[in-house]
Amino acid sequence: MILRLALGSLMARALTVGMTILAIALSVALFLGVEKVRTGAKASFADTISGTDLIIGARSGSVQLLLYSVFRIGNATNNMTWESYLDIAARPEVDWIVPISLGDSHRQFRVMGTTKAFFERYKYRAGQSLAVDQGAIMDDLFDAVIGADVATALNYKVGDPIVVAHGLASFIEHADQPFRVSGILEKTGTPVDRTVIVSLEAIEAIHVDWQSGAKVPGQSTAADTIRQMTLEPKAVTSALVGVNSRLQVFGLQRAINEYPSEPLLAILPGVALQELWQIVGIAETALVAVSGMVVVTALIGMMATIFSSLNERRREMAIFRAMGARPRVILSLLVLEAALMAAIGAVIGLGLLYAGLVVAQPLVDAAFGLWLPIDPPSLREVWVLLAVIAAGAIVSLIPAFRAYRMSLADGMMVRI
Amino acid sequence: MGSGHPILSLKDVRYRWPGRTSFGLDIPDFSIARSESVLLLGESGSGKSTLLSLICGTITPQAGSVTLSGTDIASLSAGKRDRFRAEQIGLIFQQFNLLPYASVLDNILLPLRFAPQRRARAGSAADTAKSLCIDLGLPQDAIAAQAGTLSVGQQQRVAAARALIGAPPLIIADEPTSALDAATQATFLNLLFAQARASGSTLLMVSHDARLGTHFDRMVQMSDVTKPVQAAA
Repeated sequence: MILRLALGSLMARALTVGMTILAIALSVALFLGVEKVRTGAKASFADTISGTDLIIGARSGSVQLLLYSVFRIGNATNNMTWESYLDIAARPEVDWIVPISLGDSHRQFRVMGTTKAFFERYKYRAGQSLAVDQGAIMDDLFDAVIGADVATALNYKVGDPIVVAHGLASFIEHADQPFRVSGILEKTGTPVDRTVIVSLEAIEAIHVDWQSGAKVPGQSTAADTIRQMTLEPKAVTSALVGVNSRLQVFGLQRAINEYPSEPLLAILPGVALQELWQIVGIAETALVAVSGMVVVTALIGMMATIFSSLNERRREMAIFRAMGARPRVILSLLVLEAALMAAIGAVIGLGLLYAGLVVAQPLVDAAFGLWLPIDPPSLREVWVLLAVIAAGAIVSLIPAFRAYRMSLADGMMVRI
Repeated sequence: MGSGHPILSLKDVRYRWPGRTSFGLDIPDFSIARSESVLLLGESGSGKSTLLSLICGTITPQAGSVTLSGTDIASLSAGKRDRFRAEQIGLIFQQFNLLPYASVLDNILLPLRFAPQRRARAGSAADTAKSLCIDLGLPQDAIAAQAGTLSVGQQQRVAAARALIGAPPLIIADEPTSALDAATQATFLNLLFAQARASGSTLLMVSHDARLGTHFDRMVQMSDVTKPVQAAA
């Protein structure tokens, strides 16, 4: 009955109560949304590469090497020579090695030169392999395999021609040697989705008429002539390495880091991811703190509305007192009302979160390549909701205690 | 005065509002017999509200005793006093008696929530509330209505039903008819009296209107009950 009365009292003040609940709901949705993005980002981050023991590149920083070789963010300051690559590939510890050559682009997407082994060896999300959605992995020199986002964004189908541009955000195109889309990969939620993959030889092929980073004027070698040439790369950007035994990882890493003929760097992807996440983690913590403050603000707003309603509710409290309710009942009634408001707000907030996810999921995925899963509330989220309700009840103790003292003083006689 | 133990008796009661030494109440001796109906007359400011608060135990006297159904109210703890009030007293105010957002039924059942014995006496509480409503001339469908939607006259009848449910020994009505027009007043009083008599409750009504006196066993002036307060030094 007390619960029914509390609900009735809330309904009677539908407008102010509704506004309060809305504020709580929005703040809860924001908080949970930030949490969702945070955990989603972290998970998709960690899922980007798996199964690779070492990433090798020219000596720079481990985070930088990770960023450009795996995330296609930023650029390599230097390449590693093909000789070093072959030398490392020949080492007994090395089970497999996949070269990666970056530097060219197609529209807003990066072009990556690699070998067919990439499709076998590159793993994401706990060992999942890349899969071809349409067409096939490149066979001809001028074949290209494109990621799912590339296909969607540029509306490419198997067989469509592609012209690769030299460098990034460049207007100089390798128009003489157009590629053909041979295959489209399934969506992975990794940077591979936004990558155009060609063979390592193709990267050499399109640069046949180039010298020192510029096109030789008037020179244009026909595609068939190029096909006859031996296209051995002079350098690659980085390489993914798998070792025979995990025990050899650190030995190989040290050997590469101390490689005498060229300054190289080998990193453990997991460790580098961790380092990167630590950098991003500061922003992450700030974001959580800010959204937490928004929840606190909403709850303080609720406390303010309870305070301002106390005077107009003195009569109501006097009736309760006259009917034999102890002042404690009035205190608990107000706390109950606040907890109800917070609970309704929390539930609506959760609803808003899911509604927001349904709307935002494809948009966020398209814009940032971040896949936010729509799962039932996690234990952590349930705890957040419970904490909001508990915090609502706790802040309401302040006005409720005031009401307690007021009703003790007023008794059942209120003359307003 | 009736025979046997009085239901209510105040002896040598002295009360001063905190911080207001000049305003207070001194009641040497005032009692009401069981099943008696008493009209207490007094102008506003004569201390009626203070007297009612003393009887209801929301305030306790600095001296003297207030005895209700043989229990000295001051001897009870604050929490017990609240429950004692719920058990012993049915209250009707001048107006704004009801929780406007709650249903008529919930309003009537509210005191029972705090008074288990009275609840037991009420039997099937919802049915008792319904029959009280019908006896008090409320429309059949009013019981489910939101109290705030009723007319003032109907609200007072709901308040009467709430005071009567579970047959508390004492019913206190504080100017219950002052917000009603003359015709409604008479009907309301007749219904209240009939129901109070049926449940054997004692009725104490406070008013400034001496014309109501004809309905009651006894009419008392507030000025006869209280002793003038001596100004404190």
